[in-house]
Amino acid sequence: MSVDKNMHILIVDDYKTMLRIIRNLLRQLGFVNIDEATDGAMALSMMRGGGNYGLVISDWNMEPMTGLQLLREVRSDAKLKATPFIMVTAESKSENVIAAKEAGVSNYIVKPFNAETLKVKMVSVLGDF
Amino acid sequence: MSATVDRDLALHLEALRKERGDTVKVDEIGDIVRSLLTTLSGDLSAGDLKLYQEVEGLAVYIHKAKAEIAALRPHDIQQEYIASATDELDAIVGATETATNEILDAAEKLEELTPELTPEQGAKLMDTTTRIFEACNFQDITGQRITKVVKALKHIEERVEGLVAAFGPEFQEQLANTIAAQSPAGSSTITDQDLLNGPQMPEKAHDQAAIDALFND
Repeated sequence: MSVDKNMHILIVDDYKTMLRIIRNLLRQLGFVNIDEATDGAMALSMMRGGGNYGLVISDWNMEPMTGLQLLREVRSDAKLKATPFIMVTAESKSENVIAAKEAGVSNYIVKPFNAETLKVKMVSVLGDF
Repeated sequence: MSATVDRDLALHLEALRKERGDTVKVDEIGDIVRSLLTTLSGDLSAGDLKLYQEVEGLAVYIHKAKAEIAALRPHDIQQEYIASATDELDAIVGATETATNEILDAAEKLEELTPELTPEQGAKLMDTTTRIFEACNFQDITGQRITKVVKALKHIEERVEGLVAAFGPEFQEQLANTIAAQSPAGSSTITDQDLLNGPQMPEKAHDQAAIDALFND
């Protein structure tokens, strides 16, 4: 099944510049419906508010709610738990990756990353596009 | 140590506790050690004397260390160097963020030209802008690294503050005297070294118009 490029994607990062970079890279990959949140709490609120997101791409290190906390909230919410979730973060220690995997992350990208890595990880989560 | 010395020492320590409480200021350690040595009586062994000499030596060492710390002017470390360093680092984050957004603006404008180009040219342009977007990742990483450094500096600042506070008001007085001694009044000669300050913080810096006004004055 091919990926619907009109699906809504939520990107979460406390650096507005990073949101802009990811938005541009996604746009170049053909995705146009992109929403932004600047921390986990805002993202969760948008998801619970009926955002119907086909993918969440989230940073880890944010306040007041981190990406990991957001991931745990999503995975424990009956309506949201199936949402694909990619962590994009500078946290590259093995314990971070293990913790994210245990929390149910769909894939993990270490910053700085390139467009090819983003695409490869999205394909592994969503299928080819 | 003999039983007589033990008893005398215990009595003396009890008297000191009643007089000064359980906490003794660093400044008073030397006095206390001297007082102990002069009042102790009984059969002092060579080992006892060696021990007392060591304790007194320790007190002298602490006094010297305090004087050296005062000479380092910890208030300057706190209020000038660390404060200035954290401001400079914040300015770096702000400046790189502004520059990154300018670069992203330009890249987005370039992409808007795609419909005016052939598909081949458009693809090449997109490859180029993709590389620009990727390269702009650096801002997030440098920002996070600098934030870690700022946290480390603030931790040092707190430790210095704690050290100054622990030494008490006498030390603060000693510090003030050191600062006064190192800053002779009327010393207003500007050296070449004084002119090497690097970029100024935006709120302190002159803009080109102000420079022109000074230059043409």
